Amino acid sequence: MGVVIVGAGITKFGEHWAKSFRELIAEAGIKAIQSSGLSGQQIEAIYGGCMASGRLIGQEHIGALIADQLGLNPIPSTRCEAACASGGVALRTAYLAIKSGVHDIVAAGGVEKMTELSTQAVSFALGGAGDQEIELFHGATFPSLYALLARAHMHEFGTIEQQMAAVAVKNHANAMLNPNAQFHKEITIEQVMNSGYVAEPIKLLDCSPITDGAAALILCSKDKAKELGLKGVEIVASEQASDSLALTGRQSLTELRATSIAAQKAYEKAGIRPSQVDFAEVHDCFTIAEILAIEDLGFFKKGEGGIASEKGKTSLKGKIPINPSGGLKAKGHPVGATGVAQAVEAYLQLMGLAEQRQIKNAKIGLTHNVGGSGATAVVTIYKRFKG
Amino acid sequence: MQNIAPLNWRRFPERYLLRGNYCENCKQAFFPPRAICPNCRRKGKLVSMEMPRTGKIISYTKVYVPPEGFKNEAPYYLAIIELENGARVLSQIVDSEPEKIKIGAKVKKVFRRIAEPDKYGTITYGYKFW
Amino acid sequence: MKLPLKKYLKRLGKVLRMNAGIIGYGVYVPRLRIKVSEIERVWQKNASGLAVSEKAVAASDEDSCTMAVEAARRGIEDFSINPKRINAIYIGSESHPYAVNPTASIVGDALGTTNKYFAVDMEFACKAGTAGLQVCYALKKAKMIDVGLAIGTDTAQSKPNDALEFTAASGAAAFFVGDSKDEIIAEIEHTCSFTSDMPDFWRRPRAEFPEHTGRFTGEAYFKHIINAAKLLMEETGYNASDFDYAVFHQPNGKFPLKAAKILEIPLEKVKQGLLTPHIGNTYSASTLIGLASVLDVAKPGQKVLAVSYGSGAGSDAFVLNVTENIKNRRARRAVLEMIKEKEYIDYALYVRHRRKIKSL
Repeated sequence: MGVVIVGAGITKFGEHWAKSFRELIAEAGIKAIQSSGLSGQQIEAIYGGCMASGRLIGQEHIGALIADQLGLNPIPSTRCEAACASGGVALRTAYLAIKSGVHDIVAAGGVEKMTELSTQAVSFALGGAGDQEIELFHGATFPSLYALLARAHMHEFGTIEQQMAAVAVKNHANAMLNPNAQFHKEITIEQVMNSGYVAEPIKLLDCSPITDGAAALILCSKDKAKELGLKGVEIVASEQASDSLALTGRQSLTELRATSIAAQKAYEKAGIRPSQVDFAEVHDCFTIAEILAIEDLGFFKKGEGGIASEKGKTSLKGKIPINPSGGLKAKGHPVGATGVAQAVEAYLQLMGLAEQRQIKNAKIGLTHNVGGSGATAVVTIYKRFKG
Repeated sequence: MQNIAPLNWRRFPERYLLRGNYCENCKQAFFPPRAICPNCRRKGKLVSMEMPRTGKIISYTKVYVPPEGFKNEAPYYLAIIELENGARVLSQIVDSEPEKIKIGAKVKKVFRRIAEPDKYGTITYGYKFW
Repeated sequence: MKLPLKKYLKRLGKVLRMNAGIIGYGVYVPRLRIKVSEIERVWQKNASGLAVSEKAVAASDEDSCTMAVEAARRGIEDFSINPKRINAIYIGSESHPYAVNPTASIVGDALGTTNKYFAVDMEFACKAGTAGLQVCYALKKAKMIDVGLAIGTDTAQSKPNDALEFTAASGAAAFFVGDSKDEIIAEIEHTCSFTSDMPDFWRRPRAEFPEHTGRFTGEAYFKHIINAAKLLMEETGYNASDFDYAVFHQPNGKFPLKAAKILEIPLEKVKQGLLTPHIGNTYSASTLIGLASVLDVAKPGQKVLAVSYGSGAGSDAFVLNVTENIKNRRARRAVLEMIKEKEYIDYALYVRHRRKIKSL
């Protein structure tokens, strides 16, 4: 049973002082339903990704809240949580719900409202994605965990800080072409290099921001889509893998194994090689994360991600455009929404709706969503669907 | 407010003495201790064991923007340390000259305060390395 | 040397009886130092009369408990003492990290002892560490324990711009007491105390820093140190010339020398155990660190006099006889060597580490 994305909606990413969590998800959900051409009553179930609403806004029971806000009671609505991979896991769960034959039309959404708390409190909430008892207890922060990965990569492969900075510069440039991105500001390597250490070697401009935002998709079984005459983008594979929460439990510090495993399986299911992928939205919560991702996803050899980034091979016109949307770095990173927002970008690109940032002749896209410092990874591959 | 005293207490053997465990079947050491050997599954034979107090730095960072409870400690060094039996720990590195903190450097466990306590809560003690 | 018969018999009895003694020790002095000249610069004062050049400063993540653990850990490692043998932990300090909740139980767990041990935190200004040593000695003599652990540890408090600030330092010393003939490096031949109510230095509950009475503290110090030393000599029959080394509580670099002079002990016998000029006054650890430094170099057969002082006031005096075992049971690093590893900080970092910035 094939699964097709038939509609997508996204809010602007950024600081939404005038909107609450519920308004954000309602806006993205309504946009997605409208873009699908279906009516809300046709939706059979909802899967919503959200990482930390309990800590961030004091609200749990997000599944039912979403259904209610979209006026879709009494259909089942379920929250999916896998830290920053919550959105990716929600999307995959929705995909499985159709694959299993239980449902024909489901919604997958993701949302996070992060600006209600102080930066320190948000950092603490996000810290919950790491191992509370053996990492955070000792003073680890998320940037510091990725800094440990970055240092290992630098040590083993000679990656330099300027190469990481190149990732930020490229993603900010892409975001200039994305009206929904949080940042519309080009930056230079020098600006990144001078932005001050958060956790050596990671600097402020190597980090993704704190963002409010939501994204939603309408998924439909292939048969039903044909029957209803719906166009869209087919999900040809969606794979997920797990690893230890703590970095100390990992086999390697220069590879996110969950990414490699999920990618391998996804390529196998999709019957493609990495070189056939036309573009990818990868999980660049920090610039080193993008370098790791493009290696672990097989686009570049292990250790060559830094050089590839520096040489422009991942830019919109490069060998393989990475994060045409601006990525988490510049589009913004509302943690629970990110995995779904990546799929929204894949949908827009493959439907030819990506406007100024459209990648010509894009036929196969890939999204890569990571939870924590690599304990969860979801890799999804998409193809155009012509009905 | 979370009552952290019971949680800390539960972890004293790990935090004070680096107590982990060891699978006698596959000879791998685990820190913190695991409930089941992931290599051997039910064939594994786990025994409690104190980890060695010395190891070497595998990766490190200097944290400038700290989480809550560490504000007055920053900047501080954090490192992943591979102990002599192969088990790994994440810990702060203290009392060392910056030029000595590098990958491969040998370090030894010390007993220190971890988070800066508020005025009324319990003090959290545990391992750091130097 | 002729002795009255009574004293002779007393001494003979002591020698014949199976005695308890020190089977190992460990010292911890934090790495940070502030020069007294830096404190003088800040307050525009001259503290040269104290004869202290610099003092050890505990980092902000250290306290009396962490230093106690480190000192004891070194003793355990250097003298191969199985922590499971420890049946008593007495910790003397006037800066226990908790007002209520024992340091001793934290130290026990951190060292990996069993749960079968006597434990209590002690306070008697600067002499609670040596009081712990007396208790361990007594418990050992009563055969109630296998190994006793006595620790003196302090992150000495002092009010900014107070005379104490020029000397109040941080450090810890741990002494293990046992009676195995193969282990004792220094037999405790005798100990006694001289105590009286003489309030020269105190800290009320909730007060952050101790108060003191200026030169009256000197009066109290000499009164108790000298009387305790004399009492010890009277009870043992020794006189000053019998001792190869003497260690006194050392609030500054001058008092111990003056005490030696009064007791007619040559200054060169005091120098080895005089650490305050290099690390400051470590309060409850002060006498014990000095004693450790003496044991670092002492030879079999030598006799050591050690007299502590705690304000309020009292002195504990000890005679120790160094044994043959010391030839192969030594600390890996001598105190005088260990304290060379240091990092100087300025007054600003000092107040940060010691949490003296009130607005934080």
